[in-house]
Amino acid sequence: MIIINREDFPILKNDIIYFDNGATTLKPKCVIEAMNDYYYNYGANIHRGDYKISLEASNAYEEVRNKVAKFIGAKSPNEIVFTSGATDGLNKIVFGFMMNYLNEGDEVLLTKSEHASNVLPWLELAKIKNIKIKYIPLNDNHELTIDNLKDTITKNTKVISVTTITNVVGDVRDINKISKIAHANNIILVVDGAQSVPHMKTDVTLDDIDFLTFSGHKMLGPTGVGVLYGKTEYLEKMAPIEFGGGMNQYFEVTGEVEYKSIPTRFEAGTPPIAEVIGLGKAIEYLESVGMDKIYEYEKELKKYLVSKLEKNPKVILYNKSTDSGVLAFNLEGIFSQDTAIYLDHYNICVRAGNHCAKILKDEINIKNTCRISLYFYNTKEEIDKLIEVLEKSDDLFKVIL
Amino acid sequence: MDGDLKREIILDNYNSPFHKGLKNENGYKKANTNNESCIDNIDIELKIEEGIVVDANFDGEACAISTSATSIFLRKIIGKTVEEVKELIKNYENLIAEKPYDEELLGELMAYDTIYMQPNRKHCALLPVDTINKILKEEESGD
Repeated sequence: MIIINREDFPILKNDIIYFDNGATTLKPKCVIEAMNDYYYNYGANIHRGDYKISLEASNAYEEVRNKVAKFIGAKSPNEIVFTSGATDGLNKIVFGFMMNYLNEGDEVLLTKSEHASNVLPWLELAKIKNIKIKYIPLNDNHELTIDNLKDTITKNTKVISVTTITNVVGDVRDINKISKIAHANNIILVVDGAQSVPHMKTDVTLDDIDFLTFSGHKMLGPTGVGVLYGKTEYLEKMAPIEFGGGMNQYFEVTGEVEYKSIPTRFEAGTPPIAEVIGLGKAIEYLESVGMDKIYEYEKELKKYLVSKLEKNPKVILYNKSTDSGVLAFNLEGIFSQDTAIYLDHYNICVRAGNHCAKILKDEINIKNTCRISLYFYNTKEEIDKLIEVLEKSDDLFKVIL
Repeated sequence: MDGDLKREIILDNYNSPFHKGLKNENGYKKANTNNESCIDNIDIELKIEEGIVVDANFDGEACAISTSATSIFLRKIIGKTVEEVKELIKNYENLIAEKPYDEELLGELMAYDTIYMQPNRKHCALLPVDTINKILKEEESGD
């Protein structure tokens, strides 16, 4: 049984039904207050001053690193790099590590249901390094299967970069199995955890993940902060792609320079200190609810949503069977954006579009959908309201025009 | 124009748009506007001969507002001089921006006179003119 304190989320007072959690999540009061507390009471820079509030800020910041490491099962906080988000993390991996690691002719395996942030950096690298990007074929339900993965691997495959939960189809990949296959073939596994870390238990050690990225704002935290996890051996070989204050040990006019050790080496400039502190609170909040409970509850909510929507003959569902809280749909004959605008008239927030997965259209033969993405603070009552509004959608154009 | 009539004009043009389907023939100039604020995606082609729009077509996938506005616009500009089209565009842009406009000139386009009340839909209504402007600019530069 999950306990949800909806009053912890101040924005819900505004009577909205928020179903766009794949884009970003609502913030609990404790996260906002932790950030305010930093600004009100100890808003100094970190690792700089010899005064009390600077030390306090440094400690709060580093404490979150420990918290994140424990949260995802990392062996050491030194394997946790704070970034501006999952996109930043993937760019650091691709241009800081893979740029040196990969050689001409090497292959990187992706899927067509990846988010733009796990496709575009690779395509850019391919232009520079002459490596080959290959897409593991998806099955009829647009899901990644282990057999297809195995069939796509060749002796030139050096990297598999996939998301755990895709942001439109919502299929949950078996990272543990993928990891075993990857490592049996000397392949590095990069995992985009943006849609999974907020919703289910993550254990980078158990699943033997080489690199993992995720964003704070999709897991109750503030925008502007994310995490890059890398195994120590790989982070040691990763080059910084941003240079400046905070990350260097010393430098000379002659160009002689020494950078700090990992992970600080990758955090040039003043980091998002308040946001990191907010992320720490978000993790505390999620742990108090329980990651396993969150995942089970969201699966149950999705089943409920699907069972209700299936009764409406006007609704087309694209991914009803996947094991996550993501559901893509359209109303028969209605452009997805018009549906989203209709729902907005009833304060129901859903996303219309291609959801940053632009090459997925090749797979599902449909460019645009409405997407409902659930989180643990959503309720069956909210779903009932959505069902009711969709049922009376015959007058959709009367409402939106 | 009352609400029902406006809705009827928009829906008629959305459900059975005029000039849908590109010819892609010689003599046509084409432009695409991916509406940056959303997901509408429309191609428009114009055939301009001696300063007069002699044909206009579009294709693409877009919401009711964008599609209908494109249909009405293309229908209106065929047979007009480039200068007349520019004048129409100026008045239409003024309508969407709540500035003074010539109602008679706009005609059916008056169906969009309350779009300003939904700020996130202004881009949709402006999609055809943004695209036509692109083509006119290209035409002027002599490419």
